[in-house]
Amino acid sequence: MRIDDIEHSLRAQIEEVRAGKLSRKAFLQGMVHAGLTVPMAAQLLMLHGVANAQAYQSTYKATRRGGGGPLRVLWWQGPTLLNPHFATGTKDQDGSRVFYEPLASWDSDGNMVPVLAAEIPSVAGKTLAPDGRWVIWKLKKDVRWHDGRPFTADDVLFNAAYASDPATAAVTVAVYRDIKVSKIDSHTVRLENPGPRPFWADAFVGVNGMLIPKHLFEAYSGAKSRDAPTNLKPVGTGPYKFADFKPGDMVRGIINTDYHEPNRPFFDTIEFKGGGDAVSAARATLQTGEFDFAWNLQVEDEVLQRLEAGGKGQARIYLGGNIEFMQLNSADPWSELEGERAHPKSRHPILNDPAVRSAMAMLVDKDSVQKFIYGRTGIATANFLNNPSRFVSKNLKYEFNPDKAASVLEAAGWKRGTDGVRVKDNKRLKFVYQTSINAPRQKTQQVVKQAAAKAGIDLELKSVAASVFFSSDVANPDTYTKFFCDVQMYTTTMTQPDPERFMDQFLSNLAASKANKWQGRNITRWVNAEYDKIFAAAEMEMDPVKRAALFVRMNDLAVGDYTVIPVVARPRVAGVANRLNAPTSAWDSDMWMLKDWYREV
Amino acid sequence: MTQYLLRRLLIAVPSLLGISLVLFSVLALAPGDPFGELAANPNVPPEVAAELRRKFGMDDPVLVRYWSWLTAMLQGSWGFSFVSRMDVDLLILQRLPTTLLVIGSSQLLALAIALPVGIYAATRPYSIFDQIASTLAFIGFSLPTFFTGIVLILIFSITLDWLPFVYRADIAETGWRFYWEHFRQMIMPVTVLGLFQAGSWTRYVRSAVLDVIRLDYVTTARSKGLPERVVIAKHVVRNALIPVVTLVALQMPAIFGGAIVTEQIFRVPGIGSLLISAMLANDTPVIMAVTFVFSVLVILCNLLADLLYGWLDPRISYR
Repeated sequence: MRIDDIEHSLRAQIEEVRAGKLSRKAFLQGMVHAGLTVPMAAQLLMLHGVANAQAYQSTYKATRRGGGGPLRVLWWQGPTLLNPHFATGTKDQDGSRVFYEPLASWDSDGNMVPVLAAEIPSVAGKTLAPDGRWVIWKLKKDVRWHDGRPFTADDVLFNAAYASDPATAAVTVAVYRDIKVSKIDSHTVRLENPGPRPFWADAFVGVNGMLIPKHLFEAYSGAKSRDAPTNLKPVGTGPYKFADFKPGDMVRGIINTDYHEPNRPFFDTIEFKGGGDAVSAARATLQTGEFDFAWNLQVEDEVLQRLEAGGKGQARIYLGGNIEFMQLNSADPWSELEGERAHPKSRHPILNDPAVRSAMAMLVDKDSVQKFIYGRTGIATANFLNNPSRFVSKNLKYEFNPDKAASVLEAAGWKRGTDGVRVKDNKRLKFVYQTSINAPRQKTQQVVKQAAAKAGIDLELKSVAASVFFSSDVANPDTYTKFFCDVQMYTTTMTQPDPERFMDQFLSNLAASKANKWQGRNITRWVNAEYDKIFAAAEMEMDPVKRAALFVRMNDLAVGDYTVIPVVARPRVAGVANRLNAPTSAWDSDMWMLKDWYREV
Repeated sequence: MTQYLLRRLLIAVPSLLGISLVLFSVLALAPGDPFGELAANPNVPPEVAAELRRKFGMDDPVLVRYWSWLTAMLQGSWGFSFVSRMDVDLLILQRLPTTLLVIGSSQLLALAIALPVGIYAATRPYSIFDQIASTLAFIGFSLPTFFTGIVLILIFSITLDWLPFVYRADIAETGWRFYWEHFRQMIMPVTVLGLFQAGSWTRYVRSAVLDVIRLDYVTTARSKGLPERVVIAKHVVRNALIPVVTLVALQMPAIFGGAIVTEQIFRVPGIGSLLISAMLANDTPVIMAVTFVFSVLVILCNLLADLLYGWLDPRISYR
């Protein structure tokens, strides 16, 4: 019922946009309220043949190429390699993005913006199958690699072949291994998906889509990939040419005077410095102005504000889909089933009581966590899926109410013992609540523990070193994927503007277990047949409106059953010098619009 | 002498082997995985990390891995960084000049302060100069470098805005600007490291000189009518320097270690910061290579100290 309602109102609104009665912006905002993310809403419009008119519009003002002097950017973890297909983290993707470009990028609303493509494929333009099964990309002509060779369809084909070869061990293999790419002419390629694919724009787009030149990498495909000299000396199509690279310390580029867009880039050189820590990186951009841009300033808001008072730059806070959240274990972490703790088939003896779960959710004071711990860098939220806006549910509310939690527990038969901790059938409400060592997380743990004590739940706080907690070490019992305790908290990242690879973490067939070396995405081991069914439907659902409604429902199911308790949405934070014009997007690399960066006079 | 040198070098081989074995096993026991970040990324299938592990031989038993590391090392190959996918010796060579420049300058600064101040203070013990020098030296080596580093940044970068606090090994400027910029950015890290060393060395030089200056042969030299300058330079300092040389030589490796913190604060792209980032990324070949370089330094500096003894005190002979 609910899904139908959402769908119906979306459809009516899309028609209004088409008829010009509703502005695109108003539609997007409306979708956000309806529980959808912005990129999804934008894709909705595109798939319905409504033009992508309000995608990123450049505000670039420089009237000639170069002359801008040096651009200095600071990444407190410097890039360690410069081949996008081997990038182990955003630092490497960002470093590579200075030199390499994809066919299209994602803007801050999740719209596609063409880079090496001449246009964005569309059903109306007959370059996109209505079911996303095939996509035709028309490439921009007159694009040259930094060594002067022309960029053609062969390069695009090569990238797909290079990345999909398992012997290459490219991190992008999942994007390319199932697709078939063929050449139509020297500047047109056709991509075929094995089945209907609602999210067809992964290959060749954004961080997974950066293209490397065939003529330099051809000899180093497969097992020889690690020997390619160009892994460390990139030759791309980007606005800056490679000058020098010291892994972890410095990437330097000089202006590409043959860049394929007029009057770009603005700066003569780019210095990409790495190393140090986030606080001093914030200081160097916001307070002393030694650098123009600083990446990923995971710094407490209080500190950011103090540094901003220096007057040299501002913290740019832009929302993506990352979320700090608590997980309640569905499996039993304290006893073994088939020789395995937290076996996906086991059930938690206490946390499976709905009363306990809902009480836990009422004991998380999200507003205080936002106000006193995260400030602008953590926004209290009721939803797990917070962005793009068309996927965001409007159906859920959060409430902090220890008294109500206590009465819910009381009603369910959990009576206070002499020590104030509630007991029922000889089971005490005592949980181990773990997270990684990180000051805001320990503070949040304290906030929850105090509220829980009021309601009669005893939380034992446990902090694990981040290098252990987030490792995939099969031998270590304290990793987050093993989840050998009752409650845990961390931030999960959403890397694409489409939630399919994000909402898969509640699928029962992906439960983390010994059999899959705890690499299953479903860490809470939550099982819900309806969720599985809706997810499967969303994977095949081409109608963007229906699909958005399905994701909203998935969010409501997972959060409504308290398998997860969202705490705060974590926007990305960058430091930007006062006069620097640097568009940012949470759905792509921070360097996604480097070509449009300029300094205002 | 040659025989002695050879013997010492031969003894060094089993020590280095032992050190490398201990290092390797500690690293193998430590938690963490260089491809952990990949495993945590939902877009990267687990096969990729597995294939990379296989490719870099990480699934082999520890002893097998150690053996292949050792044989490669004996053939002059330092290994291949998991994270940067380049040869480790290249990585280290890239970082070495910066480390040598910063640490070398700071040691020169420390000696330039410690020797004259220590000697002068010892020739006038308990004078006002001695008192002030001792107090300052005490403060100097009591304050850890991470503290003085941040204080200097606060004063000279933030309040006064005179000096940059981010060290850039590649400076784009040319001509005199190039040297000027290098000098400017080196001031703070070199001062922090140099003053810290100077503090303890001043105290050490002072007490060594004080021990010697009271000996009878110094009185003899004075009574011969030698000028005070010659007595101090030729008779006192040369003898007093023997323990100081040991100290300086033995502390060299410790300084490389101590510089790690300073390198991190000022973002100096030296070997120390390479070691830190390699540890954070669990890049075993790089950690092994850098710690191995440090252990070689310890052994070589010990040897150097022993050889310098003989030069300073001909009575010591090597057999």
